Amino acid sequence: MADDSLWVEVVSADGRVWEGEALSVVARTTEGDIGILSRHEPILGVLVPCAAEVLTTGGERKIVAVDGGFLSVNDNKVSILSQYATLAETISLHEAELEMASAAKALEAGNVDEETKRHYNRAAAQFKAAQKASSGLR
Amino acid sequence: MGAGLRELRQRRKSVTSTKKITKAMELIAASKIIKAQHAANDALPYTRELNKAVSAVATRSRVNHPLTNAKGERKRVALIFFTSDRGMNGAYSSNAIKTMQRMANRLHAEGKDVVRYAVGKKGIDYLTFRALHVEASWHGFSDTPRYSDAHEIADRLIADFLKPTEEGGVDEIYAVYTRMESMLTQTPRVRRLLPLEVVEGVREVGQGEIPPLYEFEPDPEQVLDELLPLYVRSRVWFYLLQAAASQLASQQRAMKSATDNAEQLIEDLTRQENQARQSEITQEINEIVGGASALNESQAAD
Repeated sequence: MADDSLWVEVVSADGRVWEGEALSVVARTTEGDIGILSRHEPILGVLVPCAAEVLTTGGERKIVAVDGGFLSVNDNKVSILSQYATLAETISLHEAELEMASAAKALEAGNVDEETKRHYNRAAAQFKAAQKASSGLR
Repeated sequence: MGAGLRELRQRRKSVTSTKKITKAMELIAASKIIKAQHAANDALPYTRELNKAVSAVATRSRVNHPLTNAKGERKRVALIFFTSDRGMNGAYSSNAIKTMQRMANRLHAEGKDVVRYAVGKKGIDYLTFRALHVEASWHGFSDTPRYSDAHEIADRLIADFLKPTEEGGVDEIYAVYTRMESMLTQTPRVRRLLPLEVVEGVREVGQGEIPPLYEFEPDPEQVLDELLPLYVRSRVWFYLLQAAASQLASQQRAMKSATDNAEQLIEDLTRQENQARQSEITQEINEIVGGASALNESQAAD
């Protein structure tokens, strides 16, 4: 592994979503956005629903929709753990938008229990990730 | 054709079609079990990372969390057990139910109230048939569980565990699931789900290996708050995956022996059928010969 790179692993409950060598990782924790470069100190942070970005050594930008979970850095290895982590390139922008709209409607209808909120956050994160990925391609 | 022969033929035909069905089910179970084992393997990295993280927090801060603390007095104990939705699985469901019932009897003997949660139609049927109270039940995914199922089940269990006992909460939760040891053996097991024992995770770091000094964001307590529910869900997810694989393995075995039995039966029936046919032919020849000689004799007499 080159000097300025780190190993990234994105894991969801169903399996490994992506792993590979990267230059940097950006994700959002409860305290705000955090950027991780090579040889970062060990850290364990709680993530909020967001679109995490991984810049691979190949110069590619991988975007992952994250629905919470956490991020751990140790020994130049980054693990992003999120129950329903999804690669943005596998999300359809249109479907994500519909999903988000229906979740938002449920929220507005006064259905404010934990489950609907979580559903909305997840849908919003997926939509954001898909949006980011498609704008990056253009 | 004699009535006996016709009957034998009919029986052989029906056994032959039964054999076709059981053979097909055996093959389906065999292909599904590979998928189930893949799913179980795919879930490993997540569980491993989660265990690492939990033990990292546990080594850094005094683990003191509602989910890890035993309540003062254990009065209401919950049992969640995993069975299949359909039959044709051999003794899979009844073994799980028996183990659950044994555990329940033990708890009753200790003077505890037992609350039951059922996963899978067979378990639900068992409880409703005996007019036992079902606290909550889930079904419809016994052979292909998804993580969201585990999520739903675990969240309900956590909520009930955190409720005070007086308001219908439970003090302890045990899970009864069938562990997939190999294709040949699946054993029902009882494991305590809540309160969590984090000590387990700490040992996994390994002797001599120094756990990294993590910086926590925002702080160890909140990280733990986030981690432990995930940990419980991943336990339930593990139980679901194990149960699904065991169910399919058990189904494959049951269907294989059903197919073998059908084959044996077909062989026996074919033999009986041939015998019946042969004796019918012999009888016919006897009749003809008898008739002919009778004719000859009467002609000779003329």
